[in-house]
This record gives sequence, structure tokens and C-alpha cells, in this order.
Amino acid sequence: MIDYKKIKEQSNQPMDNFQLLDESGKLLDEQIWNWMTEEEMVELMKRMVFMRILDERSTKLNRQGRLGFYAPTAGQEASQLGSVFALNKGDYVLPGYRDVPQLLCHGLSLKDAFLWSRGHMDGNRYADDFYALPPQIIIGAQYVQAAGVALGLKKRGKEQVVVTYTGDGGTSQGDFYEGINFAGAYQAPALFFVQNNHFAISTPREVQTAAETLAQKAIAAGISYAKVDGMDPCAVFVATKMAKQFILEGNGPVLIETDTFRYGPHTLSGDDPTRYRTKETENEWEKRDPLIRLRLFLTERGVWNEEMETTVIEKAKEMIKEAIQEADKAPKQTVTESLQNMYEVTPQNIEAQLKQYEGK
Amino acid sequence: MAQMTMIKAITQALEVALERDENTLVFGEDVGNNGGVFRATEGLQEKFGPDRVFDTPLAESGILGLAYGLALENYRPIPEIQFYGFMYEAMDEIAGQIARARFKMAGTRNMPVTIRAPFGGGVHTPEMHADSLEGLLAQTPGIRVVVPSNPYDAKGLLLSSIESNDPVMFLEHMKLYRSVRDEVPEEYYAVPLDKARVAKEGSDVTLIAYGYMVQEALKAAQQLEKEGIQAEVIDLRTISPLDTNTILNSVKKTGRAIVIQEAQRQAGVAAQVVAEIAEHAILYLSAPVMRVTAPDTVYPFGQMENVWLPNAKDIEKAAKEAMTY
Repeated sequence: MIDYKKIKEQSNQPMDNFQLLDESGKLLDEQIWNWMTEEEMVELMKRMVFMRILDERSTKLNRQGRLGFYAPTAGQEASQLGSVFALNKGDYVLPGYRDVPQLLCHGLSLKDAFLWSRGHMDGNRYADDFYALPPQIIIGAQYVQAAGVALGLKKRGKEQVVVTYTGDGGTSQGDFYEGINFAGAYQAPALFFVQNNHFAISTPREVQTAAETLAQKAIAAGISYAKVDGMDPCAVFVATKMAKQFILEGNGPVLIETDTFRYGPHTLSGDDPTRYRTKETENEWEKRDPLIRLRLFLTERGVWNEEMETTVIEKAKEMIKEAIQEADKAPKQTVTESLQNMYEVTPQNIEAQLKQYEGK
Repeated sequence: MAQMTMIKAITQALEVALERDENTLVFGEDVGNNGGVFRATEGLQEKFGPDRVFDTPLAESGILGLAYGLALENYRPIPEIQFYGFMYEAMDEIAGQIARARFKMAGTRNMPVTIRAPFGGGVHTPEMHADSLEGLLAQTPGIRVVVPSNPYDAKGLLLSSIESNDPVMFLEHMKLYRSVRDEVPEEYYAVPLDKARVAKEGSDVTLIAYGYMVQEALKAAQQLEKEGIQAEVIDLRTISPLDTNTILNSVKKTGRAIVIQEAQRQAGVAAQVVAEIAEHAILYLSAPVMRVTAPDTVYPFGQMENVWLPNAKDIEKAAKEAMTY
């Protein structure tokens, strides 16, 4: 007979996070040195400090009306930067709407990120050798596209992977399943990230699914997976490096769930987190902060200090100020320019509207 | 020149495209070994191998997401959606993603995706297989909607669609697959996009149609001719964006227009044609512009199909009304 209860219990089990640095900055596994250098750790620390400052400044700029759409990133630095920092420039990045830090780390200019936030199309004028898409708004759409990019990379024989990101809510979408399933079926070089920050706007992770972990969703697609402490930058970096190697050895795609938290609201368009989570929960997560643990670890090793951090902060503030000034100088967008960007060969309706909107 | 059905002309267009450009890829549900449920891709996997012509898992959004991603790697994807009624499953990837890509990337990326799909009624398919959903995408900026009405155009328009660096929804009316034969050249040729065709010249009334309805309009024109009414038939070929100039030239000449679509009446392509005529040629008209369409109900798969679909008789009746207005 079939023991459905047992089958469910066996297949639906909690999973420990892969962790390399604990909350106090203690290194848990010396094997990290096979995958990550001290210099890389220092560089990752710099980038996380930069992004934390950018998040603060972006929030202020948004409140002042100087920035458009903004989805706060503080808390997710390890998930976002630990992963993208482990890639090469030739790898493809398909981000979600909160994943501007990955784009910046992959090569997008701060000015272009600000233009995108303001809805200025010049921010999306990506160079041919910038292998990324602007942030995806539709939850999950980037997952099926990632399968396509991955199949393309495989067909071209490139030694590169595509990396895409969604959140815990995103794993409920049909496109999520289609994406990991297509990539698996073609054994294509795709690395799928689920940044589980535990709330899809306000909806708690538990409401999304009966699955104990989001990582286990990979099992049905026949692909490999990991569940990683998404507040541990070193763990995310190493998990990404190892996944990329595994993928490029021809083993098919990987899904990584990072256990993380966004400190701020969903976006700055009116979300109020006090409606759906407690101060205690926020405090618990802040104790696991990615900057705190890496700062402690690197300071202990004598390769990081307050002065270095101050330098990064001051430089970040300066860069942000300059980039906003540059963004302010961008030419005003016109309807005619938009019309010209619709088709390569201009059809009659566009031709007529170019005349109608001349000078606008 | 060989006499050919539309399905054969489409297979040949795909074959020519696969030969001419190594970046073209044909994929979809059952398009490989099986050659597609209508046999549109028959023999192509055998000839070009499974790297160029391949089966996909069964998921429409996944298929078009695959096309989007492959286009970013500079491929020229030609995905097939097995039946156009299944497009609802992929509306975001097509209308939200593929159609918007050029605009979204400020003109820096091409999206040379040609999505082929059988559509239209009258061949006794199951539910959701026969709908005329072209209006859904005709209102979507950034993607062309191309609908051939005969084998010659099907091959030439498909080749132009594949060569276009913009996306095309290429709709193949199922009733046309094997019911009409044409002289079709074996070699490469292109029929330009965005250009309507005068399928038959006439001076009294203009019948404007696309897809299978062009055949019904031609039948109606033949009948009208017997009664001394010279109907001009315009085949739109690309229904979005419209070739308004060809429509207006004809209507200004005849002073009467009947706009025909197999789809339901509400907010369809015919309504757009009527609006263009009203805006630009109203003073040339001798009679109100009329539409011949299906009624605003869900597509009645099965027994009622033939009563429900507009046909040559309806067109003839409308034309006579316009003549005697």
C-alpha cells in the first residue's frame, strides 16, 4: 500500500542553511580559502558598504522627489552582491526590480541606474558587451528568459552562465516552474536565485507554499540546489562559485535559495511594513546583518578598519552626488524618440504620429 | 512553378530560412520528429538536426521566454504555438516582454522573433483551438501581426517576418492550410510586411478582409460581379500596424466599404479600419461603412460553428445594402 503520510514527511523536510561566517564573524570552515581570497572578501565588504550607503541615499532622494521607483535593498547585500561578485563580466544577469545592486556590481553606471529609476530610457541603453537586462517588473518573467539565454550560451559554446533572481513570492509563479524546468530539460547553464526575504510585499513566506523550503522546488525539475544563509556574504559567494563550476562542467542548472531579509519597505511607493511584521522580527534579522559579520571577521584579521570604512562611505556619498548631477543633465525625453524606438522599420501609423508629435 | 498548399508553402519558407541563416531556430511543442501537429515542420529536424529544430517542454510562456533569451544571444527564433488559443498562457512573454524589448532597451536590442500559430475556425477543432484572437495583439505596440490569405503570400510573408529584426505574430488560418493551392516558387522570395494587397480590382465597393475571410470576400465578389457590381477586394496581410494608405485609396475610389473579420465584433481589427476610413475618407463615402463579423459570443466549438462564422453570403448581403443605401 502507499503510505502518503510518510512520503510527504520524507520529501518535505526543513534544510539547514549553508553558512561560512556566523553572526559573530567566526569562520566556520577553513575550506573557504579554496574558493575565496582575503582580497575578494575586502572588496566584497567595500561593495556592501557602498550599497548600504546607496540605499540610505536613494531613500532620501526618493523622499525629496529626486528619484523615481525605488525598492530598498538594505539587508539583502550578501544575497545580492555575494552572488554577482562571484561572476565574470561575460556572465549574463537577469535581475528583478530590487536587484539594482547586482547590475551596478556587474557594470551598470550609477547614473544609468538613477535614470532607470526615473523612467528615463537612456538608463537602459546598454552597451552590446554589457550582458544584462534592466530590472524585470513582472514577477518570474526573467526565469523563462534566463532559460533562453542559457540555451543560447550552450549553443554558442560559451563558458558562461546566466544568473537570474526572484523572491519567495516569485516561486509561486508559473514562469518560475517553466524557467527551471526548461533549463533543466536542456541542461542549460542557468543559475537561479530565490532571495527569500520572507515577505512578498506583505504576504508571509508561509502563505506562498506548503513546501518546507523553496530550494526543494528544484527537485521536481531534476536540477541541483542549495539553501544558503543569505545574510552571510562569504557563504553566498562560495555557493555561487561552486554552482557556476558545477554548471559549466555540464551538470545542468542550479537553484539557490538565500535566506535573507529586507529591512525597509517593499518599495517607497507607500508600503508600510508595520502592518505585517513586528519590530522584534526586524531586530532578530538585524542581528544577522551581513556587514556586521564580515566587518568583525576582516577587522579581526587586520585587513579592515574604521578608517577604511569611512573612506568607502565618503567616496560613495561623493559618487552618488555626482551621479545624480549627471542624471539631472540627461536630455529631456520626447514622444518622437519613443516612437522611433518602437520598430526598426517605421510603419505608417508611427510615421503619421511622428508628424503629429513633432517637437514633443 | 509548383502548385502548393499553404502548409507546404510554410514548410518551404522555414526550410529556406534555415538554409539561408544559421541563426534561425525552429522550436515548439511536437515540431521535431513529429513535424508539428499540422506537419508545418515536417522533415525539418531530419534535414537540419535537433540543434536547429527541436521539441520543447509543454509550456507556452516557457517557449516564448526561450525565444526572448535566444534572441539576446543573437539567434533568430521561430517558435511555434501549437494553437493560437493557447496564447493566453503566454500573454506576458509576448505582449509584456517580446513586444516591448526594443522600446525598453531604448532601441539598443533587436527582438527578431517570429511566432507562428494556427488560428481561426471552421475545421471542427476542440474548445480553445479555433479562436480569432488577433485583436489581442493588434492593440499591442511593438509587435507586428501578419496574416496570410494564400500559399504564395504565406511563404513570402513568413520569410519577411523571419528577416525582420522586430517581432512578428504570424497567424496561419487553419482552414487555409490545405484548402487552397497556388503557384509558389521553390526558391527564396519576400512579400513585404506592412503592405496590403489589392486581391481583386473593382470600382463599386471595397471589401476589406484578412486571412481566410479574403477567400470568402473573393467568392462574394465573384457573385456580385454576376449582378453587375464590381467589388474591389483588399487583403490587409499585416493587420497591425495597418497599411491605411491602400485602404483609403480604394475607398476613395469606390465610396463604399465593407470590413470583414472572422473575429467577434467588439473592438476588433475591423473597427480600427472603420475608424481610419471615418477619419480620413468620410467625405468620399456614398454609404455607411459596414462590418461583417462573428457575433459577440464565445467561439461555439462544435455543431454551431458554420452558422456562427461569417461567410461570402453575409458579405454579399452587406455589399448590396451598401450599393442600395
